[in-house]
Amino acid sequence: MSEPTFAAGTFRPDPGRAGLARILGVQALTETRLALRNGEQVLLTLLIPIVLLIGLDLAGFIPVPAPRVDTIAPRILALAIMSSAFTSQAISLGFDRRYGVLRRLAATAVPRWSIVGGRMLAALAVVIIQLVVLSVIALLLGWSPAASGLPAAVLLVLLGTAAFGALGVLLGGAVRAEIVLAVANLVWFVLLLAGGIAVGARDGFAAIVNFLPSGALAEGLHTALASGGWPGWQPIAVLAVWALVAGGVATRTTRFV
Amino acid sequence: MTEPALQIENLVKTYGATTALAGIDLHMPAGCVLALLGPNGAGKTTTVELCTGFGTPDSGRVRVLGMDPATASGKLRERIGVMPQGGGAYPGVLAAEMLRLVAATARHPLDPEWLLRVLGLDAARRTPYKRLSGGQQQRLSLACALVSRPELVFLDEPTAGMDPQARHLVWELVRALRADGVGVLLTTHLMEEAEALADEVVIVDHGTVVAAGTPGELTAAAPDTQQLTFRARTGLDLDLLTAALPEGYTADETKPGAYLVCGAIDPQVVSTVTAWCAQHGVLAEELQVGKRTLEDVFLELTGRELRS
Repeated sequence: MSEPTFAAGTFRPDPGRAGLARILGVQALTETRLALRNGEQVLLTLLIPIVLLIGLDLAGFIPVPAPRVDTIAPRILALAIMSSAFTSQAISLGFDRRYGVLRRLAATAVPRWSIVGGRMLAALAVVIIQLVVLSVIALLLGWSPAASGLPAAVLLVLLGTAAFGALGVLLGGAVRAEIVLAVANLVWFVLLLAGGIAVGARDGFAAIVNFLPSGALAEGLHTALASGGWPGWQPIAVLAVWALVAGGVATRTTRFV
Repeated sequence: MTEPALQIENLVKTYGATTALAGIDLHMPAGCVLALLGPNGAGKTTTVELCTGFGTPDSGRVRVLGMDPATASGKLRERIGVMPQGGGAYPGVLAAEMLRLVAATARHPLDPEWLLRVLGLDAARRTPYKRLSGGQQQRLSLACALVSRPELVFLDEPTAGMDPQARHLVWELVRALRADGVGVLLTTHLMEEAEALADEVVIVDHGTVVAAGTPGELTAAAPDTQQLTFRARTGLDLDLLTAALPEGYTADETKPGAYLVCGAIDPQVVSTVTAWCAQHGVLAEELQVGKRTLEDVFLELTGRELRS
């Protein structure tokens, strides 16, 4: 490294903030790229759902009415949303905090809401990529979603992303990165098996499971896309309440630094 | 450029039972380089944090560029650059990507590519942050602090973990910033750094200002006082040495094996000291006559070792 000399005026002050749309856009783009570049995150958000989608469709050991993909696809979409908006989000936030990025960004001209907003947009971008990839594969497997259920499905996807995203921020912003990693993966596993994603809950459990964000999202998407129309108020209300409560708590507890 | 860069009055900040700042005062004119010098835990980082809007003071008053950082952090951060201690970036972000992201927040940023080259990060452009060396992370953090063309920068231990070449590069940068009218507040526990760069040095310890002034003023506080230093085995009986010296001279063991004789040092005094050493079978090494350094000033004021 040779020692450079700097021409006079090189660092002449000219401060000021860029346009907010540009700041938000660049930040969302950067965070999306980071999420898609991270091997473990891609494994969790894309590869596992793809393998489960194809595997459960081809392997006949779980009794599902034919065409099997009509039952499996909506549940895999719910899994994908939980994986990216909750688990990945929580883990990346935990480690981002450890590496001081929130503090670093907060020390620039970026407004606080844009730091949060950039993360949200990036989470939504990843969800859209997941849904496109998984839907194309499901359609190739013969999936025929009910067109009349699409508006409800879009609303459920947005609310599900918001609910799981808020829960992810709540967890990722609260404790040490290693604990976030362990808890986020554990919750993912428990909700997948017992939270109404892999299979719909029966009897007594349904009362609990359908009030979980996982159960509400999976059941709601299943009803909307398999039967068509609106799945009733319950899944929508459940997801909205989770999003509001978790978001409200997270804004109080999340440590930026 | 009439508005002072920084005005701090009687600033107090505690964290639980720990008092980080016990009422410090600072005044920094615009375009000046001020070094906050002190050991770890002296309150340097807390001062920088309160000046940049991270945290609120328990009492006292802070104005940075005329603004209150606690209530106007948004407006303030558009005009300043901050290099937080330990840096900060996404673990997986590429060095160039991080700098471009920070550059995108500024209206008229410096060219990130140029800044990467100047800071010797060209080869590390596509290295993820978590795989950069400590010194590279520091240089990237410095780049992030400068890229927005701020009028005032806060550099918290900017050369920590850097090799000597990188440290000199940072010094060069700070001088260029000053020449272009950018104010710089830097913290350091290296007295060479403070002496080399600062217009104003403020020595802090235990959350209070123990001395302030230009490096020249601080080291020449008592014009007649000169010093003679030497190294020898620890535990010399200094009462005997003081008795051998003329009236008014002092002799101290400032660190184990490091001795300091203060007073008007003339050839006779040097001869007295070496003769005394010879008499006691002591080999005086690194015998040196010279003016005080900031470290000496610090030691006299606090009785503590600066480098920690």
